[in-house]
Amino acid sequence: MTDLSPLDAAGVDAAIDDALAAIAAATTLDELKEARLAHTGDKAPLSLANRQIGGLEPADKATAGKNMGKARARVNEAIAGRQAQLEAERDARVLVEETVDVTLPVSRELKGARHPLETMQERMCDTFVAMGWEVAEGPEMEAEWFNFDALNFDPDHPAREMQDTFFIDPPEAGLLLRTHTSPVQVRAALERRDALENEGRGIYVVCPGKTFRTDELDATHTPVFHQIEGLAVDKGLTMAHLKGTLDAFARSLFGPDAVTRLRPSFFPFTEPSAEMDLRCFVCDGGDPACRTCSGTGWIEWGGCGMTHPNVLRAAGIDPEKYTAFAFGMGIERTLMFRHGVKDMRDMVEGDVHFSQQFGMEI
Amino acid sequence: MPKIPLKWLEESVDLVPGHSAEDVAAALAKVGLEEEGIEGGGITGPLVVGRVLSLVKEEASNGKTINYCRVDVGEHNDPAGPGHKPDNKDEYPASKGIVCGAHNFVEGDWVVCILPGGVLPGPFPIGGRKTYGHWSDGMICSSKELGLGDDHDGIIVLSSPSGQSVETFPGLVTADALVPGASALGLLGLDEQTLEINVTPDRGYSFSVRGVAREYSHATGQPFRDPAAIEVTGTRVADGFGSDAFAVEIADQAPVRGRVGCDRFAARVLRGFNPAAPSPAWMKRRLEQSGMRPISLAVDVTNYVMLETGHPLHAYDLDKVVEPIVVRRAVKGEQLETLDDVVRTLDPEDLLVCDSAGGEGFRPIGLGGVMGGAATEVSASTTDILLEAAHWDPITIARTARRHKLGSEASRRYERGVDTALAPVAIERALRLMQEHGGGQLDEVWLDLDNTVAPAQIAMDVSYPSTIVGVEYSADAVVAALETVGCVVDRDAESLLVTPPTWRPDLEEAINLVEEVARLQGYDDLPSVLPVAPPGRGLTHSQRVRRAVARTLAESGLTEVLTYPFISEERLDELGIPMEDPRRDVVRLANPLSAEQPLMRTTMLATLVDAVKVNLGRGEQDVAVYELGRAYQSKHIGQLPTVDNTDGGIRPEEVEALNEALPGQPRRVAGIMAGNRVRAGWNGHATAWGWADALAAVERVVAAAGADVVVTQGARMPWHPGRGATYWLESGHFVGHAGELHPKVCETLGLPARSVAFEVVLDPMIISTEGRIQEAVPVSQQVLAKEDFAFVVADDVAAGDLVRAVRSAGGEVVQDARVFDVYQGEQVGEGKKSLAVNVVMRASDHTLSADEVLAVREAIIGAAEQEFAAVLR
Repeated sequence: MTDLSPLDAAGVDAAIDDALAAIAAATTLDELKEARLAHTGDKAPLSLANRQIGGLEPADKATAGKNMGKARARVNEAIAGRQAQLEAERDARVLVEETVDVTLPVSRELKGARHPLETMQERMCDTFVAMGWEVAEGPEMEAEWFNFDALNFDPDHPAREMQDTFFIDPPEAGLLLRTHTSPVQVRAALERRDALENEGRGIYVVCPGKTFRTDELDATHTPVFHQIEGLAVDKGLTMAHLKGTLDAFARSLFGPDAVTRLRPSFFPFTEPSAEMDLRCFVCDGGDPACRTCSGTGWIEWGGCGMTHPNVLRAAGIDPEKYTAFAFGMGIERTLMFRHGVKDMRDMVEGDVHFSQQFGMEI
Repeated sequence: MPKIPLKWLEESVDLVPGHSAEDVAAALAKVGLEEEGIEGGGITGPLVVGRVLSLVKEEASNGKTINYCRVDVGEHNDPAGPGHKPDNKDEYPASKGIVCGAHNFVEGDWVVCILPGGVLPGPFPIGGRKTYGHWSDGMICSSKELGLGDDHDGIIVLSSPSGQSVETFPGLVTADALVPGASALGLLGLDEQTLEINVTPDRGYSFSVRGVAREYSHATGQPFRDPAAIEVTGTRVADGFGSDAFAVEIADQAPVRGRVGCDRFAARVLRGFNPAAPSPAWMKRRLEQSGMRPISLAVDVTNYVMLETGHPLHAYDLDKVVEPIVVRRAVKGEQLETLDDVVRTLDPEDLLVCDSAGGEGFRPIGLGGVMGGAATEVSASTTDILLEAAHWDPITIARTARRHKLGSEASRRYERGVDTALAPVAIERALRLMQEHGGGQLDEVWLDLDNTVAPAQIAMDVSYPSTIVGVEYSADAVVAALETVGCVVDRDAESLLVTPPTWRPDLEEAINLVEEVARLQGYDDLPSVLPVAPPGRGLTHSQRVRRAVARTLAESGLTEVLTYPFISEERLDELGIPMEDPRRDVVRLANPLSAEQPLMRTTMLATLVDAVKVNLGRGEQDVAVYELGRAYQSKHIGQLPTVDNTDGGIRPEEVEALNEALPGQPRRVAGIMAGNRVRAGWNGHATAWGWADALAAVERVVAAAGADVVVTQGARMPWHPGRGATYWLESGHFVGHAGELHPKVCETLGLPARSVAFEVVLDPMIISTEGRIQEAVPVSQQVLAKEDFAFVVADDVAAGDLVRAVRSAGGEVVQDARVFDVYQGEQVGEGKKSLAVNVVMRASDHTLSADEVLAVREAIIGAAEQEFAAVLR
């Protein structure tokens, strides 16, 4: 076989065809490399032909140069194209090969959770904070004066016995575990009465927290429980404002259609007093067999009323100038009917699975 | 709480036609009397009177003896013959066959049977069935099965002609009612319903049919007929001394809170009464329906009139009472045997009814308004009765009832308030009933020692109810509502002058009248108006920090729990807390729920342990829990300062004094972690919770609070002495502990070995960052330089101390320095360790040159050498 002459146009074309065929036939990057060496390497016919150009007659050099230039360009272009194609194919294949099973368990760290009674209190507080109210807190071990006397409980009135109280030893000391968060209402009013008097700044507070009564633990009672209470003191407040506040609160927790209803009742610290019911948000009163409202269409949610003038007086607020309303409800009870918790014990025993089903927010 | 038979209620108010018990309950709820329950009316189908024709005792295979009875149930009888299979071996007279397990009856007794097709409360449908080898057509019933109470054992015996059985309701059933097959529903009052209502403490008068009827009338507008509107007969005298009336003296030598304990004492005598006369059946039934037990005619009548009118009465055996009666306070150490056969040692505050046996006013014969004495009670031989209707001060009664744990029907009413005008009416009504059913003659002259004060007039602006309630009430509507509840209203003056009725001692000031207007008008039409609060300040710093603390711990794998704060002394022992430790200075409950847990926790761990144990007990192995809450620290608990609440409310110095006297109860957060923090899986091994994780948890808490703390080596019990840390604020305030729990504590409490824990007092830390505003440091755009050092030091050198020295020697350019490896072993020699430290440097204005880095490096090495004899490896 003789060497290919750079002047042999047909021969160069044939060599190009050979090269293109080999490049096209390469199915892997390695085969392409082989084809590249075979057709563009030192010993490749086109390379050898190229080297002959230097020895040609000057008249032929231009023709030969043109032939070879065209040949090299076509081959290199084909190689680059094929290279890109094969690389893309290889990359795609690698990604497929690297596929993992995303259904495997990925997190091995213990998962934590908030307790729903806490997140429920936070959620309730947030509703009021958004309306400009403030969140007030106070001691759990409280002076009897704040828990009872300031709230218009006569020392000898049977109302004191409505709330089975834990007393601190010695009992005559006048210390107890607060039976409701109402003492915080008095403390909050005391702290804010100067702003009320001097700046006309109405008092609007909610008081969430832990409360204690001597009830044995069973499915619906617990000696340690949580309440949220509200107190508003301002000029011209009426029961209609109480109702409006309760309705807004109900809507924030139970949706835009939530409705409340008041029924007359008695509490020493409010007058008039009322029980507050929530229209059953499950059946809307339409299901006599409803398990949430026992078919009554209403869920007992809490107590409320216009703050008794004596309570305002105890906090140094003039009931002739200001009127006030207050309300309160149990957090446990709210959690029970809102989330269908059947047994109080689940909330208090500390089984992590109870908290974990609620996660971080409620 | 009072149980009101609806039939009885109907005597004083017309119920709305077609009403159900539920409707009555709903109407009463509208005016503030909540339903507690409805009794009766739950039985349908054939409940009939039966006569036991034959009774055969048979021993059943389970060892129990049963009776196979043939009972004559009249029209319900099977025809005479062999009866149902498998009883067809004998010929029976017309009757039903019933198997019965009770043994308090004999052949010939009259009983109550429920037959197939009937339904008992439950509901339990009754059918015929095969049992104990017989066909049994229903049941012979007990009181309990019929919902008539648990007082009687065995089945109901209506009558026992042979006298061998004890009649269940003696005197209740008349002979003409004993007809086989006659319905027993009416006979036993089972067709009647009773409504139990919850009376709030301000409504003493609703402890009566009279009061509830009035309230029902308020709710529905149905006409009310006052059962107390009866004529009082005889001659009333105000003084028994020197008249024919029984002499009584009120000599209260020590009024409580300035109130004389008895302001009315009425008494009248009935002579020649037949003590053997039975109470009428209807009265007994109503007493039973109301939850009281019939005793004797005299006693039953006093109870009946109390239930009807709300006024308690007391009947004495006149022969046993020595005139005059003196009402006085007890003398210290004095004793009285009350009707319940308990001898009570009296308190000088107890108000007594005494007679003059042994001297004038010497012998106590009753705790006034609470319970009578045994010595003068009416008995089966009492023919002359002295009937007392007195009005007692609520405070005296409440204190005595509480002191002696003696809540009686009478005390319940008096402490809530009894109509001051009712005593003569109650006596009249009761004596007439006794006379009607037991005969006798009433004394013409009777005592009414009456010092009661008429209810005070209340002035109220007619617009006041509208101002409070937010509904426009017309003057006419306000007056009408007040008149409806019994007030007398004078509307001629500038404001209304309102005189409350004698049965409403709770109506003391204008605001009480507002409630009456509001509840009578109803709350259903109340508008809903959202008040606009002034702009608030948002959550407090403390509230925001505590949310951040709770969240960061939950995000780091701990689960929040809420435990009760009650603990036992033993729990402190189990935690190994030394006797002299301040955590032994506990607050004690005067009335704990459980005698085993009378103390309040002084550390959160004391109760958090229980949550861990609950989870371990349910098979969980990896448990990490935390709780935010309070622990309580006793001071010496003495009498709290008193508050003078008379004028302008509590004063600031009084608030401060009260607060000062409260036990310390700072907020805390604590956690216990046991088992694995990271579980074993396909992508790695398990990692156990370790002491470092407890410390890391504290770091998260501290970071959430934004506080600066110092950590020192070592911690108190219950922590491992060598694997615990103590945290302090820079001010020196104690913050908390973290680390591994003491091995002994884990063992004693049944926690997994090497469980870890932390507890932090939040309040001082939160206070330390209150109001702090973090000033921003500009971010440097220069490239970081990093240098590693490996120092060999004595093994008692604390890494923290070395790092502090490194930072200090490195100066301002040091951004961070941390130990990334600790090595102990042959290569560094005995008693030594190698601490590898990574130092990150950066200047704010230029990239550090190699020379600058080298200079810092040398300074660090020099300091380490000098302070810790450290050798660079």
